Amino acid sequence: MLEIRNLVKHFGPLVAVDGVSFEVPRGEVLGFLGPNGAGKSTTMKMITGFLAPTAGTAIVCGDDILTRPLQAKRHIGYLPEGAPAYPDMTVAEFLDFIAHIRGYRGYDAKARVARIVETIHLDEVFNQPIETLSKGFRRRVGVAQALIHDPPVLVLDEPTDGLDPNQKYEMRRIIAAMRAEKAIIISTHLLEEVEAVCSRAIIIARGRVLADASPEELAARSRFHNAVRIGLGDRRTDPAIRSALAPLPAIAAVEPVDDEAGHALIAFPRDGRPIIGDIADLTRMHGWPVSELRVERGRLDDVFRSITAPPLAIEPPRAAA
Amino acid sequence: MRNTFTIFRRELAGYFATPLAYVFIVIFLVLAGVLTFFVGDFFERSQADLQSFFTFHPWLYLILIPALSMRLWAEERRSGTIELFLTLPVRLSEAVLGKFLAAWVFAGIALALTFPFWITVNFLGDPDNGVIFASYLGSWLMAGAILAIGAAVSAATKSQVIAFVVSAALVFILIAAGTPAVLGLLQDWAPERLIAAVAGASIFGHFTAITRGVIDLRDLVYFLSIIAGFLAANAVLVDLKKAD
Repeated sequence: MLEIRNLVKHFGPLVAVDGVSFEVPRGEVLGFLGPNGAGKSTTMKMITGFLAPTAGTAIVCGDDILTRPLQAKRHIGYLPEGAPAYPDMTVAEFLDFIAHIRGYRGYDAKARVARIVETIHLDEVFNQPIETLSKGFRRRVGVAQALIHDPPVLVLDEPTDGLDPNQKYEMRRIIAAMRAEKAIIISTHLLEEVEAVCSRAIIIARGRVLADASPEELAARSRFHNAVRIGLGDRRTDPAIRSALAPLPAIAAVEPVDDEAGHALIAFPRDGRPIIGDIADLTRMHGWPVSELRVERGRLDDVFRSITAPPLAIEPPRAAA
Repeated sequence: MRNTFTIFRRELAGYFATPLAYVFIVIFLVLAGVLTFFVGDFFERSQADLQSFFTFHPWLYLILIPALSMRLWAEERRSGTIELFLTLPVRLSEAVLGKFLAAWVFAGIALALTFPFWITVNFLGDPDNGVIFASYLGSWLMAGAILAIGAAVSAATKSQVIAFVVSAALVFILIAAGTPAVLGLLQDWAPERLIAAVAGASIFGHFTAITRGVIDLRDLVYFLSIIAGFLAANAVLVDLKKAD
């Protein structure tokens, strides 16, 4: 439904986007991930026809954004970064304006606006000027504006940025409810969001696609994937456990951690294979005072960091064990 | 065309959604009144015409019209709404035209609200209403030309203050070039053709010609081509600068 072909954008000597290609079929929610300045927004601006690419193009439902911009724009609902809207208009006037620009007139326009106000829950602020709205409502107005023509392709730039946890939950619920009949791209730097709503994630940094996989596949690349957390009351048994685990061929390393959940040892598997069975057997055999045994699913943030972090010139200071 | 009208309607409503419209209209009317009656010696001239009213319009517009045009694009760029606006299925030409027409019609409304001057002069004497009508038309055309210049400048900056100052300066040059004072300075040394060219390029000269009651095709073409030229520049500037 949406096809991105080798998009490139230069700003003077700066290469913001450097050959990004991917496709988004119907039913997919693509999480566009990357550190700030990675080229996420620039890519979205090119897809939606705001910026002209230096090279490459985007095909939206068969219409090329460069050669048939009006047709392509009709297929897209776009929430730009920061959800801009005309502050002195009321929500009602603003949505009515968008409906008219989208080609609806009279009763049609009213019905479209009414339907979207109900879906996005904007009724209580319907007649308020947009400048008086809270950040959460403003963001929702931006989403409502993008959805008024029920577009097959939805491009949302940081739809939950600056929202409180309840509003984030609500926004994700709205996105998840639409996923079946649309191709959706959301950009974010929140990894929890990718796990919550995305069926696929693309990680981009310095203008290039570095990873393109489902969130589960990405998490499996983490060294925490299938690692086992061994919760312990204190550190007295550490040496015994470590020496018992060290000889196992399936275990790559054992590291101590102290976090909000207390003291624990984390055993990392070799090749990501499950090791929980071996550890459970040993625990029972030795009678270690273990408060918790938990398999880690893998951490997206860990993968994200290892993929996107620029090579460090100096070693970061190690956290005290 | 439908999009132009939708944009036009939104923009025009936008003027009246804020105090801007009312402040603008009140100040325009008060200044026009002060200039006509006190500076222009409307009564002392004892002439049944609106010469002393229209003669100050170029100078009134020099200050007030850039105040109207400065926000047209600069505000969209500063607040980021331009990204929303230009990713809607509208042509750039429709966007430029819709915004311009709204500002022009608004200026027309302010101008039309000076009708008490016309009533006054008709009450006091027997003026040539044809001349007055031509002058109103000329004044509105001049407002359009200045607006088009201001709109183009507004597209080149995010700052409304810069947009105001630069458009006012440009308009000042275009008005002042045709005044007797400037032409008099050129008289002594400049070749005849240069003087004619300067006078011909000036807003002042063309407006004064119309206020004499003759709507010459050349004056119409002059104002309309200024409008068309600067609107084209406006579109180019929006396209070039929108992402900065």
